[in-house]
Formats: sequence, C-alpha cells, structure tokens
Amino acid sequence: MTTEQIIFLIVGAVTLLSALMVVTARDLVHAALWLVATLFGVAVVYTLLNAGFLAVVQVVVYIGAIAILFIFAVMLTRRQTSKDTGPAVNKNWWLGALLAALTFAGLFSLLQGWSGFSKTASAFPSGFDAVNELGLALVSPTGYVLPFEVASVLLVAALVGAVYLAFNKK
Amino acid sequence: MIPLSWYLILAAGLFSVGLFGVLARRNAVAILLSVELMLNAVNVNLVAFWRYGDVAQMAGQVFAIIVFAVAAAEVAVGLALVISVYRRRNTVAAEELDLLKW
Repeated sequence: MTTEQIIFLIVGAVTLLSALMVVTARDLVHAALWLVATLFGVAVVYTLLNAGFLAVVQVVVYIGAIAILFIFAVMLTRRQTSKDTGPAVNKNWWLGALLAALTFAGLFSLLQGWSGFSKTASAFPSGFDAVNELGLALVSPTGYVLPFEVASVLLVAALVGAVYLAFNKK
Repeated sequence: MIPLSWYLILAAGLFSVGLFGVLARRNAVAILLSVELMLNAVNVNLVAFWRYGDVAQMAGQVFAIIVFAVAAAEVAVGLALVISVYRRRNTVAAEELDLLKW
C-alpha cells in the first residue's frame, strides 16, 4: 500500500463515520459540527484528486458559510417543547435505512459491472495548470460562461427569496 | 495510486447515508443537513471522474462549482423557509407540518 492509499482510507473512514454521526446525533448542534468534520474530509479527498482550488472553495464556502448558517438556524429554532424533543428519527426510520442500504448495494453492483471501475489516474500532462484551466473554462465563451452566469443569477434570486421569506412583517 | 473505485464507493456510501438522513430524520434542519451530505457525494463523483478521465476537459470541476452555488442557494432558501415555518407553527418537526395532507 502506498502512503496515498493509507491517507485515503483514514480520511474516507473519518468522513463516513462523521456522516453517520450527522444523521444519528440527537443534538442538532452536534449534527452540524459533525457535518463540518465530514466537509473537511471531503476537502481532503479533493486534495487527493489534485483539485486544490475546489478543496479551498469547500473550506471557505461550505464550512465557512453553509455550516455556520446551519448553526444559526439551529439557534433561531431551538425550543424545548414536547413536540420537538421526541426521538431523532421518525417511526418509519427502518424503511429509510432499508432504502439507503438498497441504494448502496444497487450502486455498488452497477459500478462493479462497469469496465472502467478500477482504472487508475494518468499523470497530468507537462505544463498543465488545473486552476488556470478551470478559470479559463469558466469565462471563455466556448467554455462554460453561460452556466457560470446562470449560477450567479440563481444566487441573487435565492438571496432575494431568502430575505423575503425570513423577513418579519410586523 | 488510488483506483477510481475507491472514490466511487466512498461517494456511494456518503450518498446512502445522506438518503437515510433525509428519509428518517424528524427535524427539518437535520433533513437539510442530510441533503448537504448527498450533494457532497455527487461532488466527489464529479471531481473523481474529471481526474480519471481527460483532465483537459474541465467539465467535472465546473459542474462541481455549479453544485456549490446550488447548494448555497438551497441552504439559504431552505433555512429561511424553516425559520418562517417556525415563526408560524412553533415547530420544525417534519411530521407536524401536515397542512397539505388531507
């Protein structure tokens, strides 16, 4: 086993275990903090895949903004009434667990039959700069400038919608 | 080198855990947390296919960035909805919100 593989196994195990804690933790603040651990694990996976820019974006956007937004939402909606202090999962949780296990088994068997399943990565061509290429692809008219602009419009629309929904009219 | 299969299995596991959370959790905020897990699993797949396919084709990374933007928008609107529902109904438990259920 190479060092890279050992790092992947450790990070993958930590990521999956913290993901399990996210969906089982009784306390929502703990669930949000476990989500931060999961997101860090995914950022390390991006680094292993030579996508350094995405790893940084993952830490800045996901952990810095989205996870903190979750903690704010938990803070604003916390209440110790009888309604909200029941079990963490609903009474049909076993059906959800069965469906999730079936999804995993289905994905696994589907992928196992695919010829490219265990292929290894080829080395980068010499002089290839992934961040530079990504920046060019995002702004060039022959690349992905339209999805990029649509994403910015979507963000503005979501911002306006979120302000409108959460606005206290009184 | 790490074979592609390891990344795909990790992503499948992450997606299934998120699916379980979406189906089983009672709290609406916890359901949104689980949706984030599923979106991250998709992103791992996109970046893995970029790296193991033709690296000069940046589509995998570009779509991962679009997924980031969609996730941010989804969380902003979702949490605003949760806070709005909490103001009106005083609960965020998903089974209490049965106004559309006949």
